[in-house]
Amino acid sequence: MRAASQVLEEHRVELSTLDREIGDGDHGENMNRGFGALVTALERDAPDSPGGVLKLAATTLISKVGGAAGPLYGTAFLRAATAVKDAAELDADLVAKALRAALDGVVARGKAELGDKTMVDALLPAVRAAEEAAGRGEDVPTLLKAAAEAAAEGADSTVLLVARKGRASYLGERSVGHLDPGARSTSLLLRTFADVASGVR
Amino acid sequence: MTTRVGLVLVSHSRRLAEGVAELAAQMAPDVVVVAAGGDGDGGLGTDYATVTGAVVEADAGAGVVVLYDLGSARMVADMAAEDAEDRQVVVVDAPIVEGAVAAAVSAQGGAGLAVVAQAAVGAAPGAPNPAVRPSLRLVTNASRLDVVLTNEVGLHARPSALLARTVAELDADVVVRFGGEEADAKSVLALMGLGAPEGARIEVVASGKDADEALRRVEELAERGFDE
Repeated sequence: MRAASQVLEEHRVELSTLDREIGDGDHGENMNRGFGALVTALERDAPDSPGGVLKLAATTLISKVGGAAGPLYGTAFLRAATAVKDAAELDADLVAKALRAALDGVVARGKAELGDKTMVDALLPAVRAAEEAAGRGEDVPTLLKAAAEAAAEGADSTVLLVARKGRASYLGERSVGHLDPGARSTSLLLRTFADVASGVR
Repeated sequence: MTTRVGLVLVSHSRRLAEGVAELAAQMAPDVVVVAAGGDGDGGLGTDYATVTGAVVEADAGAGVVVLYDLGSARMVADMAAEDAEDRQVVVVDAPIVEGAVAAAVSAQGGAGLAVVAQAAVGAAPGAPNPAVRPSLRLVTNASRLDVVLTNEVGLHARPSALLARTVAELDADVVVRFGGEEADAKSVLALMGLGAPEGARIEVVASGKDADEALRRVEELAERGFDE
């Protein structure tokens, strides 16, 4: 989570710029604020289980991120927390389950489908890649790497899409040619989780 | 005193939420209408904590109807409703201005949660409005009365709200007829939908236990020019 906060700080301007092109221009600031608050909360009182950390992430992001991203990421982390229950450590199956639960939460909350130019376009391919990796018996770092790569590809695919959800949907055809900021932040988060899991960060 | 359904208005803009709350409250002085606008930090946006706080403030025990403006306002409203646990909270997909006014008037009349929510939803332009219909019904054992509207705006928003409020608390089925159509007198939007201007002669038909009292009150209201 600390690494995620750092990455979001590094990409704060990029995300806000993407959001300015097709949204209201605050996604970078919002995500940076939310994860900054999460790091502070973790330093104050770090839960001792992965599920506890995910739950703290959920409640902090809901109240601190704002916009649509707050409820969406908040729901994603909350569902992931519920999926891993009180497991002391996450194996590949549990990580895949948590990602699937997060996706289901985002879809339920935002009512977006694949191809609507939203974070679902990054998250859904990531979940599929994670489930395939878990099915092959891969370890957590390999699974997260596969998920991150699929998310990055999925995020890139949003450039060509017409937005059908969120603020960008009011732009219709004019949203084509821009990368969706929510898909980009999802891809950045998964990349960071993969890097941390494999010891790169 | 009756416990009334409360309203929460979730908007990206604090001023928009407050403006709609002001408008709705004018129609329904005893209904708690809470504005939950802005990002909680003085800027545009929606804030989960603001909305959950507003739900608590609006709930007097009869439940809360939540209306929202755009995109994330709905998500925040849904989350607040899901997290409200033992409170009854309904998020409605309705135009925030018309919906808030219709819901407020309905709540003022003492309607329950489902009816107030339905009043908001029914306020959508183009939504089928069961309260306005061609005047074909034959009402038996009804009392009737002709009233001439002397006030300047006719059956506009505030007079309609006043009329709806006046009859809502009575045990009577009251309809107002004008121009070949009739409206349920307990529905402010239906009354406005009749479009009765100053000088118009409307027919009020009431049945039920309090029918005569309903007519007496409407007549008195018209004589006072709807307090304008």
